[in-house]
Amino acid sequence: MSGLDNPALNELEDCALIDMPAGRLAFSTDSYVVDPIFFPGGNIGDLAVHGTINDLAMRGARPMALSLGLILEEGLPLADLQKIIDSIALASKKAGVPIVTGDTKVVPHGKGDKIFINTSGVGIVPAGVDLGARQVRAGDTIILSGTMADHGITIMVARNKLAFEGDIRSDTQALHNLTLALSERANGALHAMRDPTRGGVATTLCEIAEMAEVSMILDEAAIPIRPQVQSACELLGLEPLYLANEGKCLVVVAEDFVDDALRIMRQRPEGRDAAIIGRVEDGLAGRVEITTLAGGRRLVTALTGEPLPRIC
Amino acid sequence: MAEIRESLGNMRDRGLIDELLGEITGRIKEPIRVMEVCGTHTMAIFRHGLRSMLPAKIELISGPGCPVCVTAAGQIDSFIDLAERPGIHLATFGDLYRVPGTAVVQSNSLAQAAANGAKIDMVYSPMEALAMAQANPDELVIFLGIGFETTTPTVAATILAAQEAGVGNFAVYSVHKLMPPALTALFDEDMAIDGLLCPGHVSAIIGAQAYEPLAARFGLPCVVGGFEAADILQALLMLIKQHESGVAKVENAYTRVVSWEGNARARQVVDKVFRPGAAMWRGLGEIPASGLEIRPEYQQYDAESRLDLKQVEASEPPGCLCGAILKGLKSPKNCPLFGKRCTPVRPVGPCMVSSEGTCAAFYRYSEN
Repeated sequence: MSGLDNPALNELEDCALIDMPAGRLAFSTDSYVVDPIFFPGGNIGDLAVHGTINDLAMRGARPMALSLGLILEEGLPLADLQKIIDSIALASKKAGVPIVTGDTKVVPHGKGDKIFINTSGVGIVPAGVDLGARQVRAGDTIILSGTMADHGITIMVARNKLAFEGDIRSDTQALHNLTLALSERANGALHAMRDPTRGGVATTLCEIAEMAEVSMILDEAAIPIRPQVQSACELLGLEPLYLANEGKCLVVVAEDFVDDALRIMRQRPEGRDAAIIGRVEDGLAGRVEITTLAGGRRLVTALTGEPLPRIC
Repeated sequence: MAEIRESLGNMRDRGLIDELLGEITGRIKEPIRVMEVCGTHTMAIFRHGLRSMLPAKIELISGPGCPVCVTAAGQIDSFIDLAERPGIHLATFGDLYRVPGTAVVQSNSLAQAAANGAKIDMVYSPMEALAMAQANPDELVIFLGIGFETTTPTVAATILAAQEAGVGNFAVYSVHKLMPPALTALFDEDMAIDGLLCPGHVSAIIGAQAYEPLAARFGLPCVVGGFEAADILQALLMLIKQHESGVAKVENAYTRVVSWEGNARARQVVDKVFRPGAAMWRGLGEIPASGLEIRPEYQQYDAESRLDLKQVEASEPPGCLCGAILKGLKSPKNCPLFGKRCTPVRPVGPCMVSSEGTCAAFYRYSEN
């Protein structure tokens, strides 16, 4: 585990001790069973690091530390394991969030599937930052930090071993620097942030609308999407609104913060394609509509069931 | 008069869409009931939001163009029964995966059967199923052959490829169906529409010519349409013009994909391997010469010949209106189960589960 070198881990005690600044403790966990474990743009390792960092970041937390649990199936090539560990180490280092504790178990061949990963993370939410779906209100603007469906379509294409020309790759990345830049300047005008992973942008917005008891109207033409992702979706009969994103966030802000929020986001590489995709309105609780490319209007509903198993 | 520019980019042009919509609104005088047969049209119309844009005088009715929906309930049970047999490895299109059968014990769908240990894989093409057979010589790989004329050429080609490669552990369970005979049977029983929006992809195979007998016999305007918003609007405009001039003929608005004669080569391949036979349609009953069975020469690739497949004659779940909905006689909103006992999470009939189903489209996209 030399790649994961850091003071807390190097103590090699039964647990890590962390000095935490003042504020509320944020705590999140996620397990990763993505298939295939290697895909264009990343692998199960950096996905696991970014995913948990992002979950903390979405509530306005500064991620402080991660744990790493590995369950390995006997027979997993050591070279593959090394590649994944190297990715984890690099992702952790780039994000500035150390992995301070961890565990590895090996199960017999056939009792696992190559590698399963769990990461848990802790962070600190400064006083005065209170984000969540229930803060969302009529009049708010909905911003998406970049192009949608990149991760979901990448997994679909990789799993089916389809040969697509044109660069299709996962967007997995850590978003905490972007989210902190927003929450530090917002002064109460930032209401909620969510990363639209499983179920995509559509399902995530439907969930927020229901929790906040508001309606939303989206603009299909305004939602950023790469042309090759759009084409791949059409070819495979998939709706990009429902495909996973692993390096994007939905940001809901008060109207007076919109211009600043866009500027802050677009200044960072993670948010250079940030765009307004809709607004929040008074209306039937949980109702999300979209104006289509053709100029019509239709309802957007949450995804039921599993469209693509094991995408993260 | 809007010109149809044949490049896909242009078919998405808002200017063109607005122009066509303007012509439709300006042109239409009397109410018109249009059946859009094809499930992909049902979904496209909803997805583009066209229902919110079209004048109220146009009533759009969904027809039996959903191959999963028209698969009889007893047939689904038979698939599940097959999946649960040892040594069998099923390959299926994703659409069938969650469709419920009638059984209330054990597995009530292929998805449940898979969760209970049955070997079932979702494939995009029958050739993938053949590859599975070649990779797993100890299993009998069965491909569930559902779909209309768009799908059958590749299935036929796969059977020929299996024969060529001498693959012994591959077979197709054919429940393929043919569109024109079903439409004829439908209109013989109930002729309640003013125009037919003909399926785009099926027509690529059978040709626009295939609808001439329908137009002649029933005095029914028929227009073949594509799936972009402008494609559908163009086809509707042409139907309105025919209807208002008292004309009934076949027109092709999808010339970039569909020709008058269709794809003769594809039909030849299908004809080599399959022959028409009677088929059971959910909601329509048994229709002669409306399905495809595998010819005796290819018996070893026919799951029904190789295996003792129990055809359970199961009745419709009580209250389910899928049959009437498929005929265009009732709307999902008329069904007492819609949105209550029957939802995408807990569906009663295939119309709610299939990605092309009328009820699924209504549930996802329209006012609830």
